[in-house]
This record gives sequence, structure tokens and C-alpha cells, in this order.
Amino acid sequence: MFNRDRWSEIIEALTSNWFRTILTAFGVLWGIFILIVLLAAGKGLENGVKKDFDGIATNTMFMWTQIASKPYKGLPKGRRFNYRVNDVEALKQNVPELKFVSPRNQLGGFGGSNNVVRGLKTGAYNVYGDYPEIIEQQPMDITMGRFVNYGDIDEKRKVAVIGEGVQREMFEINENPIGDYIKINGVNFMIIGTYKKKSNNGDAEEAQKEIYVPFTSFSQAFNRGDKVGWMAITAKDGYSITELKTEVFDIIKERHTIHPEDNRAIGNFDLYAQYQKIERLFTALRIVGYVIGILVLISGVIGISNIMLIVVKERTKEIGIRRAIGATPWSIRGQILLESVFLTIISGMVGIILGSGLIYLINYILDSSGPVDMFANPSINLGVVMIALSILIISGLLAGLLPAQNAIRIKPVDALRTE
Amino acid sequence: MIEIKDLHKSYKMGSNELHVLKGINFNVAEGELVAIMGSSGSGKSTLLNILGMLDEADAGSYTLDGIPIKNLNEKIAARYRNKFLGFIFQSFNLIGYKSALDNVAMPLYYQGVKRAERTEKAMHYLEKVGLANWSDHLPNELSGGQKQRVAIARALASEPKVLLADEPTGALDTKTSYEVMDLIQGINDEGKTILIVTHERDIANMTKRIVNLKDGIIIDDSKVEQVKASANV
Repeated sequence: MFNRDRWSEIIEALTSNWFRTILTAFGVLWGIFILIVLLAAGKGLENGVKKDFDGIATNTMFMWTQIASKPYKGLPKGRRFNYRVNDVEALKQNVPELKFVSPRNQLGGFGGSNNVVRGLKTGAYNVYGDYPEIIEQQPMDITMGRFVNYGDIDEKRKVAVIGEGVQREMFEINENPIGDYIKINGVNFMIIGTYKKKSNNGDAEEAQKEIYVPFTSFSQAFNRGDKVGWMAITAKDGYSITELKTEVFDIIKERHTIHPEDNRAIGNFDLYAQYQKIERLFTALRIVGYVIGILVLISGVIGISNIMLIVVKERTKEIGIRRAIGATPWSIRGQILLESVFLTIISGMVGIILGSGLIYLINYILDSSGPVDMFANPSINLGVVMIALSILIISGLLAGLLPAQNAIRIKPVDALRTE
Repeated sequence: MIEIKDLHKSYKMGSNELHVLKGINFNVAEGELVAIMGSSGSGKSTLLNILGMLDEADAGSYTLDGIPIKNLNEKIAARYRNKFLGFIFQSFNLIGYKSALDNVAMPLYYQGVKRAERTEKAMHYLEKVGLANWSDHLPNELSGGQKQRVAIARALASEPKVLLADEPTGALDTKTSYEVMDLIQGINDEGKTILIVTHERDIANMTKRIVNLKDGIIIDDSKVEQVKASANV
């Protein structure tokens, strides 16, 4: 079926009317071009938005305490409560699907007053008491020195990792901050590292003005006892934190004598659910891309089918001759089908190449003119190309089916009848 | 070679039926050159179509070289046509975008003959009809007589048992007609069985036997003294 003769037949048939062949091919070319470009644009948008999540453990929620809104076991409503350090242990033991449970205490915050002093310089920064795992959940680049480790936690060392923003404000430009001291709320902390956070959100500036100290030394230095301000909880891969959330809440409620149905006592921000929303948005976008692309493609395929019908009509006599000299119905049908598939695939390939070329061009422009908000690296993967190709083959076959059937319905006698 | 018994064929034309062949009986032996004559509407083309397996009879039997031809599906009919029959048409029916050589090679292509062998064979038959120098010309670069000769080469290429010619000289002037008939006679002299449908008396006289059809039956079937076409050229 795929011998050289068959191909030369196809090429002969298609090249006998160049102009028409090219016009016909353009329909499919355009369809696949639009499909590719739409999908790549969607991917570019997705890449751009997801860059903000880069490295962040998205399977994470943050939870803090609020006010109990229901009386329970003789305790009144409107009661405040605090997480305790042993809550962390309890969660780790009772919910094995959790990867990290990082307790955190915090000083400062939005609009806070000056809390950090170094010599004559003062500043207002967010100061976090954290466990070393936090760097896995909220990634940052350590630009100098090191991050907090378990040695610091165990020995309650008064050490601090400062952001580049803090360094800029508290130190001179060529001053090495490592080993130097800053005073946080009157307590001296030695600087062991500096960090830089990747972020292109609006809070990029703010994110560089944070100070991380070991959780244990924070608690001791600022009299927090065993209280925990909030927790960052990450689920293991393959589990969703959104599903584990209730289990976590139930354990906390149990331990703090909160009414089991009191949904307002624990505040949380579920990064995973947010992330899922974005994922769904992009899935929808992808579907829209496919639908539009395929619809345009269909009109191209109908064009091919149409032309093949005309071709069959024009070649009625030729088909009659071929059958008179021994062509079987299948060889005729195969010929028409192959012509249609061949035309579809060739024009589709050209469409894919042009689409990829455009994407390459956009990437080149993006690279040379610097990053653009919410759009990065539009691309299509091989899978999409494969899908597009199989769509092409199938649609080529479909486009050829009706004309091929028409072709063999022609009786040789009728085709050869001299007028 | 060909045995036909009590062949009937009718066409439905709207509500009324047109009985075209009303019981044809005739046999053709190997090596014969037979002319089928008759006025238009006598059924001669229908008979040829049935002989060529392009059409099927309603009743009667048709045996070709000992093989009963009936209830053929399209695939088998195509194979039989390819193997047993060569067609020559009034309007040549060459494929316009193929060279003379490719046209001649086409039956061999459908036989599954390899390319090199096909070209060689096709060239041989083109030589036989005297058109070797025209092998890479397209049909529209050839004269009528040349086209018909290409068509004859094509009909011969598959080495069929029988050649069926439907008004082979109908589109040609007298001189060219005789040239073509000379070629056909030559092929017949080599032993090929040939049937020619014609309504021209002089062409029919160049065969060895004339079968006269009228209104769907054979009214006359007689051997004739063959007139050599070369004598008239």
C-alpha cells in the first residue's frame, strides 16, 4: 500500500492542480496553526502565573487561631486560645500523611513599629520564629552564610537570617553582615545568613525585609512560652492538604476543647485550594484552545473533503479507466483516502511548523526584551504535537471517506460511456 | 475461448423496461478476429460490456477460457478484467497526466509487477505499436492514431486472452483507421483473440467473421474473406 508507485500516483494527482491543492491545504494549515498557537499561548499564561508559585510547596495550608464561636463543655464562647508546641507533635503523630508541620511565631507585621536596632539604625521588620523546614515551604535563596538549622533550635541560639532588604537598610553597602549583631526588641541576635526571595508579586519589596530566627530562641527571647502563633502544614506528595484539613482541625479542636462544629475557631489559608483553582482555570483555557482549534480544523477538513469530492467528480473517467484495466475498488478507495490523508498531514505539518516558528519568535522577543508580567515561555510539548498529528490523520481519513465511497460507486461502464 | 448461451439483459428506464439483449448465443474460438456489427441500439455495446465484465447479464451464461463468469464481486471482476481482457475504446481513454509509457504500464501496476519489469514490458509493447520514441509524451501531445496505438499497447501489456475493442476507429480518419486496423490484424495474426464492435462496414470486412446484431438478437453470423488493411493504406 505504501510503495513508491502509490506515492508517485499521489504526488502526480496532487501536483496536477497546484493552486487548488495549496488553497485546500491552507484550510487545514490554518486550523492546526491556530490550535498550536492557542495552546502555546495558554501555556505561556500558565507558565507566567505559575512562576509566582515557583518552588513554593503548593500542597500547603497556613492556620492560625481565632475566637471560639460556640460554648463547649462548660466553656463560654468568645474565648481566645493558642496553639502549643505539643500540638505540633500531636499532629505529626496522628496524621502521618503530613510532610511538614512548621510552627511559627511572629513579631511585627503590617504597619508595625520599629523593632530592630543596629547602632544608630532602626527599622520595622517582620520577625519570624521558625523551624528549618520552612525553607522547603517558602523557598528563598541563601545568598550568604546559612539558614537556621536544628542545632540552633536545640541549643536555642540567638541567631538570625536577614533579608537583603534588611541588610540594605541596616548595613553599609560593603559591610559584611555575617557574624554581626542586630537587636530585635532589645535582644541581640547574631546574623548567620542573608536571603533573597524570588517573587514578582506586588510584595516583592516587602518579602526581602524579613528576619528569620530559630523558633525556640524566639519563644524564649520574647516570652512566648510554648505558644505557637500559626502553623504552615504541608501534605506529603500524593495527598491533598485540602482533604487532610478537617482531620487536622479535629485534632486541634479536641486538644483545645473547641466545639467540633465550631468552624470559626480556626482560621486557615489553603494554598492548595487556591492553586487548584488556578489549575482548573488553565485546564479550562486548554479545553477552550482545543475546542477552537479543532473547530477551525474541522472547517479545513471539510474543505479538503469538498475538494476531494470535486476531484473524484473530475476524475470519474480516469477512475473508470483504471477499473476497466484492473483496479480493484480498494485500490481506488485507498488512492483517494491516501491523497486526502497525505494532503491533510502535509498541510498540518506546515501548520505545526509555522505555529512553532511563531512561538519560537515570541520566545525570542520575550527573551531579548525581558520578562513580561503573567506571560512566560509559551510552548507546546511533543504530546500536543502528537495529538494534533493523530487528529490530522483521523480527520484526513474522514475527509477522504465520502469522496472515496463516491469514487467506487462510479460504475466503469458509466464512466467510460462515450457521450 | 468465449462461450455465451442465451444471454439476456434489460435496463430499467424509469417505469418501462428496455430489453436490450434477447437471448444471445455465440462462441468465439481462440485466435479469431470477430466484428460485432449493428445499428445503434442493437445492443452491441451492451454485449461488449458484458463480455468485458463491466456489466452483468440478467440471465444466461458466459464462460471465458473455461471459467464461468457470474456473480462476480467487484474485486474478482477487477482481477479477471486485468488478467483476461484488454480494452480498446473509441475515445482512447488514456490518463491525461501520465506519459504514454506510464499509461501502458498501468495494467501491470495493478497486477503488482515490479517497477523495472513494468517499464521494460511497457516499452516492449510501445515498440510493438511503433511508438517507442514517444514513450515520455503525454497523451495530448500525440495524434489520434498515436493515442489509439498507445491504448492498444496498454491493452496488450497485461497479456490478456481476449482484446475487446469498442469502435476503435470511431474517432479516427480513414487513413489512420486503416493503420490501426493493420496493427490489430497483425496482433491477431500472432494468435490473439480479438472482438471489435463497429458499425463501419469496411472495418468489419477487415476481420475474419462478422456477427450482425439487430434489436438484441443475432441475425447473421458468418465468416468473411479478410481484407488486409495494409492493402488500403
